[in-house]
Amino acid sequence: MNTDDTTVALAQAFPDDPGELSRLHARLAAAAHQDGVLDVAYRIIDSPVGPLLLAATEEGLMRVAYAREGHDAVLQTLADKVSPRILSAPGRLDTAARELDEYFAGRRHAFDLPLDWRLSAGFRRAVLGHLPEIGYGHTASYSAVAELAGNPKAVRAVGTACATNPLPVVVPCHRVVRADGSLGGYLGGPDAKRTLLTLEEAA
Amino acid sequence: MTGKPPFERVVSAHGSTVLRVCRAILGPADADDAWSETFLSALKAYPDLPADANVEAWLVTIAHRKAIDVTRAAARRAIPVAETPDTPTAVSGVAGGGGPAAAGVGLVADDDLADAITQLPAKQKQAVAYHYLAGLPYAEVAAILGGTAEAARRAAADGIARLRRSYPAAAGPPAAGPPGGAGPPAAGPPGGAGPPGGAGPPGGPGRTEGTGPSEGAGRTGGQAPGRAAARRAAPTTASP
Repeated sequence: MNTDDTTVALAQAFPDDPGELSRLHARLAAAAHQDGVLDVAYRIIDSPVGPLLLAATEEGLMRVAYAREGHDAVLQTLADKVSPRILSAPGRLDTAARELDEYFAGRRHAFDLPLDWRLSAGFRRAVLGHLPEIGYGHTASYSAVAELAGNPKAVRAVGTACATNPLPVVVPCHRVVRADGSLGGYLGGPDAKRTLLTLEEAA
Repeated sequence: MTGKPPFERVVSAHGSTVLRVCRAILGPADADDAWSETFLSALKAYPDLPADANVEAWLVTIAHRKAIDVTRAAARRAIPVAETPDTPTAVSGVAGGGGPAAAGVGLVADDDLADAITQLPAKQKQAVAYHYLAGLPYAEVAAILGGTAEAARRAAADGIARLRRSYPAAAGPPAAGPPGGAGPPAAGPPGGAGPPGGAGPPGGPGRTEGTGPSEGAGRTGGQAPGRAAARRAAPTTASP
């Protein structure tokens, strides 16, 4: 008798059932959330700046990631730094996804979401906390932001804070530009930065 | 430093295998509950799982316990369960083409075979499910069931032998000899009785040494299920 035949025949008595598995997955995510063991929920949304990964703890939105950051790599980093109890669980991100949709449609100028800041600390965290003060459709220079954050000399640190912003788009580091008016860098790439600023100018 | 993958990856890698195991052990009605309990429990314990653990064996171990819980709960509820009559249909006719492909094709969504597995005696069913469906080597199966790897191997072989009597095509090509297995245990596809121990499907009998079911090379206790079942097929009648 052939071992592989037996394995195949037995497995085919229980054929794969993708619909059932996705139903079970949703049930698992709901039960995990209810039991307080879904440490990180995530979903991926489409946007004018490409697919965005949204990840949230029970406290709030913790991470927004561009595709160029590598969504799998970002999820692995979250597993290492926060918790490996991570599931694709769209429900927790419903509000964030809706507000981002409204933002990209030009109908929303500020986000009203609970945020989990645990991926940012110290001066960087302080810098990021001031970015919402740059109004929708406006920009500010790195040195102006350094001043806002209470340390006018820390221009370079402002650049680092923006480059490591765990919550791009929602925390508007795209509104920080060079003093000469050029765009400067952006963790989502220069095209994404231009797209966001153009969107905000037009709205 | 890279540690454990996100649990989502565990679900996508092992979800369908665990569902198969739950269905084999419990039948379709209770399998969903056992699957859900298994993965919820696994999610809770996941941060404490050693990084080098065999995730599939770990999940099957949890599923084993959850299936026992579900069975006990069902017994407590004492709701009568409709028994499927033990009258196998002519599966062998459907799958009569012989060869690995044909052996599979005729069995797609074969509820009768699924039922027959679910109705095996517990130890046999568990050994068959954990070894053949989950791909665990007998040493791992024994760790879950208790007892020795040899006992686990024997339980799986008895289960396969029993299935093969009812479903010749289900568990590989039928025995060529008279009932009771006096003949060569693994003759060829239906209609193609070959030399003793010989004409199995391509690549069959020749590689029964030390391979697990699907990715068995290098496994501890990786007894060849084929050879084991074949050896058992001759002397035993595996009566209940």
